[in-house]
Amino acid sequence: MSNVPKRYANPYLSGLLLGVVLFGAFFIMGRGLGGSGAMMKVTANAAHVVAPEAVEESSYMGRYASSLLEDWLFLELVGVVVGALLSGAIGRRLKLEVLKGPRARTGMRLLLAFVGGGTMGFGARLARGCTSGMALTGGASLALGSMVGMMFIFMGAYALAYFLRRQWL
Amino acid sequence: MAPLAKFDLFGPELGLVFAFMLGIGFGAALEMGGLGNARKLAAQFYFRDLTVFKVMFTGIVTAMVLMLLSAHLGWMDLSRLYINPTYWWPQIVGGLVLGFGFIIGGYCPGTSVVAATTGKIDGMLFLVGAMVGMAVFGLAFPLIEPLFMAGHMEGSPTVPSFLGVRPGLIALVMVVVALAGFVAAEWAERRFGDGPVQP
Repeated sequence: MSNVPKRYANPYLSGLLLGVVLFGAFFIMGRGLGGSGAMMKVTANAAHVVAPEAVEESSYMGRYASSLLEDWLFLELVGVVVGALLSGAIGRRLKLEVLKGPRARTGMRLLLAFVGGGTMGFGARLARGCTSGMALTGGASLALGSMVGMMFIFMGAYALAYFLRRQWL
Repeated sequence: MAPLAKFDLFGPELGLVFAFMLGIGFGAALEMGGLGNARKLAAQFYFRDLTVFKVMFTGIVTAMVLMLLSAHLGWMDLSRLYINPTYWWPQIVGGLVLGFGFIIGGYCPGTSVVAATTGKIDGMLFLVGAMVGMAVFGLAFPLIEPLFMAGHMEGSPTVPSFLGVRPGLIALVMVVVALAGFVAAEWAERRFGDGPVQP
């Protein structure tokens, strides 16, 4: 009984907490939250270990290859890990598993997770932010291009959903 | 006066402590709402569980209202906030690409960190994939740069500044749209879904 996972919280309550945290970021730092910016920093730093010259010569990678421990977005992402771990532990939801639709095959699910991640990693750099940095943060600050970008995120996902229904339904 | 960091109220070290603490709140809010679960995230796009929409828009509207309220009370200078710049073409194309990746992979970058942390193997692969995608973008940047810079609007416009109306009016529209959206979402879940996705 004690290891049965607890149900997820009310979505409006989660959203309220998310909004207060987002407001806190603007109030304290004057900027919102981000997800993919720190990942780009980790990627550039990892690439710098493998091929330092190529990264330094790259006009895009080069600007992200700075120290991680002095970076606001990276420390925020470390916090996300700790927060998810705490919340997951309290809700007894820490479990090694593959999440997929009832008809999906595990191998295909993992392949598509990797491919979808690659697609989103590329898209996040192109759009100058992901669902966190562009949609959430840009939405709350009413940034023009970000709000248009947010609509296109939803349009893109709904447009492909039919073709991926076997993976999820 | 806020934003606190812009008025030299603390140094960069304390700023990093705040970043860590805000991150904890961010990660906990996502995990407790179920946004670390790919089945819940994907169900959004089949109108069966609209938690993604509800959490995102409650978050956006809450932060927006709190910011405008603080500005109204004279606690916060909104002109000191960093506003995302507008580049039409990369944001439109990038937005679509993000949407494709969302339904293919079942996560977005932030939620994949939550998923990977809580043991979801698909989330771990998504995260690795995202970093590969970013490396590809970095390597191919000279080819992509014309698109990346296309359609720039000077001065980081907001929706109210672009339309020439007061932010409060747009905020009111956002609140009304969000509330109508929540009613529609509850209806859609009853019509198409069979209860929210659980762990």
